[in-house]
Amino acid sequence: MVDATPAPLVNPRAGQVALRWLLFAILALFALFYLMPLFVMITTSLKSLDEIRSGSLVALPVQVTFEAWRTAWSSACSGIQCEGLRPYFWNSVALTVPAVAVSTLIGAVNGYVIAQWKFRGANLIFSLMLFGCFIPFQVVLLPMARTLGFMGVAGTIPGLIFVHVIYGIGFTTLFFRNYYVTIPVELVKAAKVDGAGFFRIFWSIFMPLSLPIMMVTVIWQFTQIWNDFLFGVSFSQAGTQPVTVALNNIVNSTTGVKEYNVNMAAAIIAAFPTLFVYAVAGKYFIRGLTAGSVKG
Amino acid sequence: MEAMLEIRNLDKSYGATEILKDINVSAEPGGFLVLVGPSGCGKSTLLNCIAGLESISGGSIHIGGRDMTHVSPKDRNIAMVFQSYALYPTMSVARNITFGMKVRGVDRATRASKLQDVARQLQIEQLLDRRPSQLSGGQRQRVAMGRALVRDPQLFLFDEPLSNLDAKLRVEMRLEIKKLHHDLGATMVYVTHDQIEAMTLATKIVVLKDGVVQQIGSPAEIYRRPANLFVADFMGSPAMNLIPARTSRESGGTRIEIERTGGAPVVLIDTRNGDLPEEVILGLRPEDIAEAGFRAGEEVQEVKCLIDMVEPAGADTFVVSRLAGRQVTARLHSETTAQPGSTLDLAFDLGKVSYFAQDTGERLN
Repeated sequence: MVDATPAPLVNPRAGQVALRWLLFAILALFALFYLMPLFVMITTSLKSLDEIRSGSLVALPVQVTFEAWRTAWSSACSGIQCEGLRPYFWNSVALTVPAVAVSTLIGAVNGYVIAQWKFRGANLIFSLMLFGCFIPFQVVLLPMARTLGFMGVAGTIPGLIFVHVIYGIGFTTLFFRNYYVTIPVELVKAAKVDGAGFFRIFWSIFMPLSLPIMMVTVIWQFTQIWNDFLFGVSFSQAGTQPVTVALNNIVNSTTGVKEYNVNMAAAIIAAFPTLFVYAVAGKYFIRGLTAGSVKG
Repeated sequence: MEAMLEIRNLDKSYGATEILKDINVSAEPGGFLVLVGPSGCGKSTLLNCIAGLESISGGSIHIGGRDMTHVSPKDRNIAMVFQSYALYPTMSVARNITFGMKVRGVDRATRASKLQDVARQLQIEQLLDRRPSQLSGGQRQRVAMGRALVRDPQLFLFDEPLSNLDAKLRVEMRLEIKKLHHDLGATMVYVTHDQIEAMTLATKIVVLKDGVVQQIGSPAEIYRRPANLFVADFMGSPAMNLIPARTSRESGGTRIEIERTGGAPVVLIDTRNGDLPEEVILGLRPEDIAEAGFRAGEEVQEVKCLIDMVEPAGADTFVVSRLAGRQVTARLHSETTAQPGSTLDLAFDLGKVSYFAQDTGERLN
């Protein structure tokens, strides 16, 4: 505030404080609105079925019980099998971890080549890969089913890994290419004069620079692959289904009573790993998305 | 003596665009070859070709007597310093310097001792554990030089290494590079767009324009006897005065007439150079036009000129006059009494004159 301005009707400091509180209140309201379903999910999962039937949806559980979680994890029925989410959860882990690792690594090499080892047609190939990012996956279901059958991996976890790697490469390449394109080309030249070859330069110079974009890619790929339902339901068979498909089956195959508490617990279990990854690596996500050129 | 670097009939083109045309350049062992020219003239491309970082479309490159035309950069026995320094950002200074040796499989003890030698030589011993991002521009420059020195190559290549530094540091580092060249006795090829850097460092200068060599020579040759109008204008600051003139034969020499507005033409008699075409461009360096009485010699001729501007520059004072519609700068001593708007007798030293053809721009004398 400049001294020369006429005195306002209210104390300017008080006005600012009021405004700030209003802002906080609005933000809190939005947060509440956004978190409400999660709140309902958690409280419902901790209630017994009797309590759910008799009580209000938003009420806190009177008696906290983890019975629903236990059921969801190890004994909920999908179809005729009653082993809970557990085996499918591990299926998801077994398919997501290698698929994320492989697609990220291939994306890094692709991005490195396209950004730093320009060759005739590099831009065309990059454009085609970008195009690949936006193909609706429903379109590729049938040809991919044939391909998997031809390769002899139909209905297996390696088959699913293959599918996710293929359809992840477009995005992972985009991420790494955009990151590496900000790195001065002289770095590669200097390393070439120093005697380093293609992969030596990649491992010794580019990889150590890549932590932020690596995190972005891993979070992105992990979320995509873990949450995938379409490929999971199309290319798996009994025993190799990922957790998303199993969740759907559990929720849909309840006979008689709807076990809301079990469904809620199962849904939280299925969603937990992506939340966990974001919590661990989230700060790099923001940093990596905004990371610019490497000075130095 | 066999040349350390020998480039013969080098051509380089990207598709239909010719970047370098029929380049023939050599550097003697221990020589300091400077490639100079305006941006886009192909000098950096030529350096990249020498390094093997760019392939060439025709011709050959020999380094140390060996044909290196198709040899990869690492086997050319060269070291290179880049404009942006190109230090590996995630490695410490020590690892930056030793990376090349590590790649080539040099053992740990040798690496450590060479690192110490180079660090001492460049006075960067206290920086060895730092990252490039923790260094100042001048320090990064030193590390980049260290990375080249440790290689102990047959040929050093510098790609505008000083252009990212501030003016004062640039002069300091320029001197240091010169000293380094002197101490090592190594052969160096240096690219710059700065003609002062070229003049001060080089034992041999190559002036390039649009991918064509304009002139090759010692700094003195390039400065005193530029091969064409481009070189005359590009080398030297302030630039050479280039004045259109008419010539005619006369007993005792060539009569040179320079038009000027609001006065009789300037007439000079050149007793040394005959056989000039009727229309020429006369070139005189600012220091070859002095105040009357301050320059003696057979070829010195005095002319009364109207002074347009006076620029005191400390050690010298530059005065600007107008002849044949061109600004003509003379370099006078600092105590001159010249005033803008007044007239002054200027001494033209025709002993130093250059003549250029008006149509082709080629040197005539």
